[in-house]
Amino acid sequence: MRWVRDPLLVVEGLTMRFGGLTAVRDLSFSVGRGDITALIGPNGAGKTTVFNCITGFYKPTSGLMALSTGGPVRLDEVAALASTGHRYKCVDDQIGADGVFLLERMPDFEIARRARVARTFQNIRLFSGMTVLENLIVAQHTPLMRASGWTIKGLFGAPQYREAEAAAMKRARYWLEHIELTHRADDAAGSLPYGDQRRLEIARAMCTDPVLLCLDEPAAGLNPRESLELNTLLRTIRDHHATSILLIEHDMSVVMEISDHVVVLEYGLRISDGTPESVRNDPKVIAAYLGVDDDEVAQVEAEVGL
Amino acid sequence: MDTTGGGTPVSEGALPSPRFPIEDALRSAGLWALVTLGLCFPIVAFETLQDFSNRLTIQARPLLVLFAVAAVFAGRFGWLALRHHGLPQLLPSTRFELTPERKKQLPRIGLAALLIFPFFALLLTGQGGAVKWIDNFGVQILIYVMLAWGLNIVVGLAGLLDLGYVAFYAVGAYAYALIATYVIPATVPGLGPWAFWICLPIAGILAAFWGILLGFPVLRLRGDYLAIVTLAFGEIIRLVLINWVEVTNGNAGIRTPYITFFGLPFSSRTGETTFGDVFSLPGSPAVHRSMFLYYTILALALLVAVATQRLRRLPIGRAWEAMREDEIACRSLGINTVNTKLTAFAIGAMFGGLAGAFFGARQGFVNPRSFEFMESATILAIVVLGGMGSLVGVAIAAIAVIGGIELLRELSFLKQIFGPEFDPGQYRMLIFGLAMVLMMIWRPRGLVGARQPTMPLDGNAKAISSSHVKEGHG
Ligand SMILES: Nc1ncnc2c1ncn2[C@@H]1O[C@H](COP(=O)(O)OP(=O)(O)O)[C@@H](O)[C@H]1O
Ligand SMILES: [Mg+2]
Repeated sequence: MRWVRDPLLVVEGLTMRFGGLTAVRDLSFSVGRGDITALIGPNGAGKTTVFNCITGFYKPTSGLMALSTGGPVRLDEVAALASTGHRYKCVDDQIGADGVFLLERMPDFEIARRARVARTFQNIRLFSGMTVLENLIVAQHTPLMRASGWTIKGLFGAPQYREAEAAAMKRARYWLEHIELTHRADDAAGSLPYGDQRRLEIARAMCTDPVLLCLDEPAAGLNPRESLELNTLLRTIRDHHATSILLIEHDMSVVMEISDHVVVLEYGLRISDGTPESVRNDPKVIAAYLGVDDDEVAQVEAEVGL
Repeated sequence: MDTTGGGTPVSEGALPSPRFPIEDALRSAGLWALVTLGLCFPIVAFETLQDFSNRLTIQARPLLVLFAVAAVFAGRFGWLALRHHGLPQLLPSTRFELTPERKKQLPRIGLAALLIFPFFALLLTGQGGAVKWIDNFGVQILIYVMLAWGLNIVVGLAGLLDLGYVAFYAVGAYAYALIATYVIPATVPGLGPWAFWICLPIAGILAAFWGILLGFPVLRLRGDYLAIVTLAFGEIIRLVLINWVEVTNGNAGIRTPYITFFGLPFSSRTGETTFGDVFSLPGSPAVHRSMFLYYTILALALLVAVATQRLRRLPIGRAWEAMREDEIACRSLGINTVNTKLTAFAIGAMFGGLAGAFFGARQGFVNPRSFEFMESATILAIVVLGGMGSLVGVAIAAIAVIGGIELLRELSFLKQIFGPEFDPGQYRMLIFGLAMVLMMIWRPRGLVGARQPTMPLDGNAKAISSSHVKEGHG
């Protein structure tokens, strides 16, 4: 129950409306530090919308999303920050430093570089005309930009920038090895097979050194061998990096096997939240996933609260 | 996923059809002829003439139409027949690749050629002819090379379609004209000889400032909308230059001081010491002047090239290209795309401004006529023809386009064929358009479509096929 003891991200009353359609309704859940948290639910349940809210691509209609690096999210601290009108509070106001971040107030790129939330997309978004290596280097834009003195020092080849570039290269190499793409480092990302593109997108997100990695259906469209490689990669991330994972996944066997915490959405509502065990045995989840007989629909709907 | 690209020859496995399908070819040629007839009807078939009392009369020209239709018919039929018999193998088809070693040497050979070009021209054409070759060709082409390299940053690297680039050229030229003509003589006349070198950075900074000013309103626009707004921006600047008569002297323009060699004039009517006197050089002042202009613009253009190459290898340049590939992914990686776009606009504009200041100093005169939309279109055409993002491709395209336009003026022998009223220069847009269409069929991604990676893992990275590289535009 790390998501109660040591939450990294707390989502409270998140609602997202598109015109008349409410894609996410009053959703609350937490993500535990170091956990793999799975967000599951049928198609159109609003999972991607939740991701887009957390990563700042959508401004939620209402709700609070607080992320704390360095220590658990403390609600009193969050409330104090929320009342000030600031977006975040972090050590020395440094980019990448520990702090408390109100994600609903921050623009997308600030969430990525300050709150250190990285993500992948349901439809892969690689820089397809750049090489595999370049994709991993672009992901390290923020530290490289600072080292290049906002380009000016870099133009004159300052040693400080060269060091930073070497460090970036080292990190890129590390991830190239982990996704087993070192031999294709100089090929266009767009020329890779689908499964490799998926893993490259995850590696690229990891190159930003995130505290929270949001993966939108990473196993979709993968064959069994590629699925296995993906699981290995996710375990590597969990075991060797201080990165918590929030994962949207359809394949229940994957979810049950690797996640520590499962949140189930249906029609934008949270219908279940807990350990994989408890969720698997939850009648509402079974009803949502397996479907129910016609005569039981009314009863299940009453339970679900529709 | 499209990994096949467009370059695979289809014919390799397929058998050629044994017989030339004459009926099909005739039908196709007939169709083309019919379309030509339709197109000819309003434009070619009638001619308006003024009679003695200055009234307009319409005269039909059936023979001309017949000639055009017949020419298209024969041309289409001939083309089909030729193609059937394997003409494409004779044409330099898409296999126009150089070996990697050759490719590496290409910029160096090009640079050497550019450095010796004026002396070569002098040797071949003598004092009289050299000025034309150095100034009308060399300097003119290099101005466009510089402009196209500047626009290449915005369009080719950052993928932002800018149809108003000439505005920054105008800002640079007028910055030079106003400062060198009015401000410096009125404040510190002693700096007069240095006017160009003082104005150069100021023009660059002003143009960059205007680039940012244009950047702000178009930040949220993409594609066609971005193109239209930038086009409007170019027109606004030109209209301001025309109508703000108190400052710009409107359509009449501003006469600017001639460029000097750090204070030494190239020619003098009042008997001052000239550049030629001091260095006791042979040859006419006009040659000295054009050589000086040539090497100045060459240095400026190379500055753009070196800066572009360096920027591409810095985070900012990689962010430009990443933004062209996928803006949303950029933001998910913590890249501030607002700043990234603004820097692309500002740096592209700055180089346009530098070129503008040079233009002002070279012409000795600026007026709004030099900054019409046609200029923007030409510069953009050069970038697209060259292959977006490629410096060598863009330079070759500039030589072809501007050199071609200038060469048309030279074809005076055509006058002997078509009569003394024939001016080949009038047809330059027609030829230019045709060449563009043919190029885009032959090489849709420009001369050098492949993208050179900025950072290899070990040793050398090979170029990336254009089928993976996105075009951006927003
Ligand atoms: N930008 C948008 N505009 C309008 N409706 C949207 C938008 N994004 C998502 N939706 C709607 O919100 C609902 C949830 O979508 P989504 O979050 O993509 O579901 P999931 O990822 O769980 O399959 C869907 O009905 C979808 O049509
Ligand atoms: Mg989805």
